[in-house]
Amino acid sequence: MKVLSLNFLTCAVKACKSTSGSYPLHPKDAELVEDDLEINLDLLLNVMTRIDWTALSTTATELGFPSLPAQAPTKEELEGDEKMIKDLHHLLMETQMMEGKLVCGNCGHEYAVREGIANFLLPAHLV
Amino acid sequence: MQPPITTTAATDDSTTATATSKGSSLSLVANPAAAPAAAPPSTAASLAASSSAAEAADYEAEHVHAVYESIAPHFSATRYKPWPVIADFLTSLAPGSVGFDVGCGNGKYLGVNPAVHMLGSDRSASLVRFARDHGGVERSQDVAVADGLALPFPEGRADFAICVAVIHHMSTRERRREAVRALLDCVRRPSSGGNGEDGGQILVYVWALEQSNSRRGWDEGTEQDLLVPWVMKQKKEKKEKKSKTKTKTKEVAAGNGEEAVVVADNVVDSSSAPAPPPADTTYQRYYHLFRKGELEEDVEAVGGQVVRNGYDKDNWWVVASRCS
Repeated sequence: MKVLSLNFLTCAVKACKSTSGSYPLHPKDAELVEDDLEINLDLLLNVMTRIDWTALSTTATELGFPSLPAQAPTKEELEGDEKMIKDLHHLLMETQMMEGKLVCGNCGHEYAVREGIANFLLPAHLV
Repeated sequence: MQPPITTTAATDDSTTATATSKGSSLSLVANPAAAPAAAPPSTAASLAASSSAAEAADYEAEHVHAVYESIAPHFSATRYKPWPVIADFLTSLAPGSVGFDVGCGNGKYLGVNPAVHMLGSDRSASLVRFARDHGGVERSQDVAVADGLALPFPEGRADFAICVAVIHHMSTRERRREAVRALLDCVRRPSSGGNGEDGGQILVYVWALEQSNSRRGWDEGTEQDLLVPWVMKQKKEKKEKKSKTKTKTKEVAAGNGEEAVVVADNVVDSSSAPAPPPADTTYQRYYHLFRKGELEEDVEAVGGQVVRNGYDKDNWWVVASRCS
């Protein structure tokens, strides 16, 4: 599960979705794997406007990455910044959470991640 | 749980079915309406008509979730070719779009457009593993196990969501509508005052009741709630077995625009009748066949607006957005 995907995941419990604490989910005991992928510039440049930058900053910090800039780079800024392209490509696309848990900050439920696959099926009492 | 068995190559997309299906992957169709005397006490029809939400969920656990869990390798091996309408929808998305494939199965749509980011989810953990590796180990896809009625996706963020051959497995209309609502909730709202085109879009495919031109021959008068078997053949003892299973009556059908099937009136529930060792293993999947206009009604009932719609290979489909 790429870090980019973590930016589009929240708690599956209906009552949590409207609370600010449920997003982003917090990685716990995360085992990361770093892939070696070619940069997909068409995707990377254009996905920036879709990313919740505040949530991404939180996730990056929790996964042990250096702090991100306070603001998301615009497409134009990113186009001219090779190092930023490389860094964001590495964080968003090449870094995968393979094992561990994703924890809801509202209800505290822990979703297991195994072999890169998060399981969001809820126990009966949370449905 | 059945012991591991070897299956024959099965057929899938109707484009390939004619080439490979002849006699290789026949299964049985249970039609409770056509054979009331032979149907189990809880037929698909009677249950769907009068069940509580909990009963409906339990029913789907048995007749949808458990089945896909059991047939996952076989099912995955038969699902490889993207349908053109869906592939066109995905390739027409703007670069950088982010979206979901709810009920992604083996993930055949996840890599269709490399300029968008897709996250697949499915209720079947087994199918999700196939989806992760669909593009090869080097290009693993992002997938999660999730229920279509409790999706882990934030409200209003996605540019798109697709849901192919999933909602017809929900056994009450209320649950089918909730499933559509869950999809709409994922995608961006259009700006108010606009024509709705700047919002996110969902694409939904469901099996059609009207299939008079298909070999199934189902049409307006057919019962809409069916159990449709998936048969896994054992490779060895194939000849022996064939001679024992000549109770099939008439060849009419192909499931979900895909697997070749045969209608019979003597189908037994696989859970209540343990098959002798050489027999095929039959799993019963629940389907609700959508009549013309029904999917659009469901979309509009939960605050969606139909952008375009159509009929494709025995399925009804809609592209819809949220109301602004």
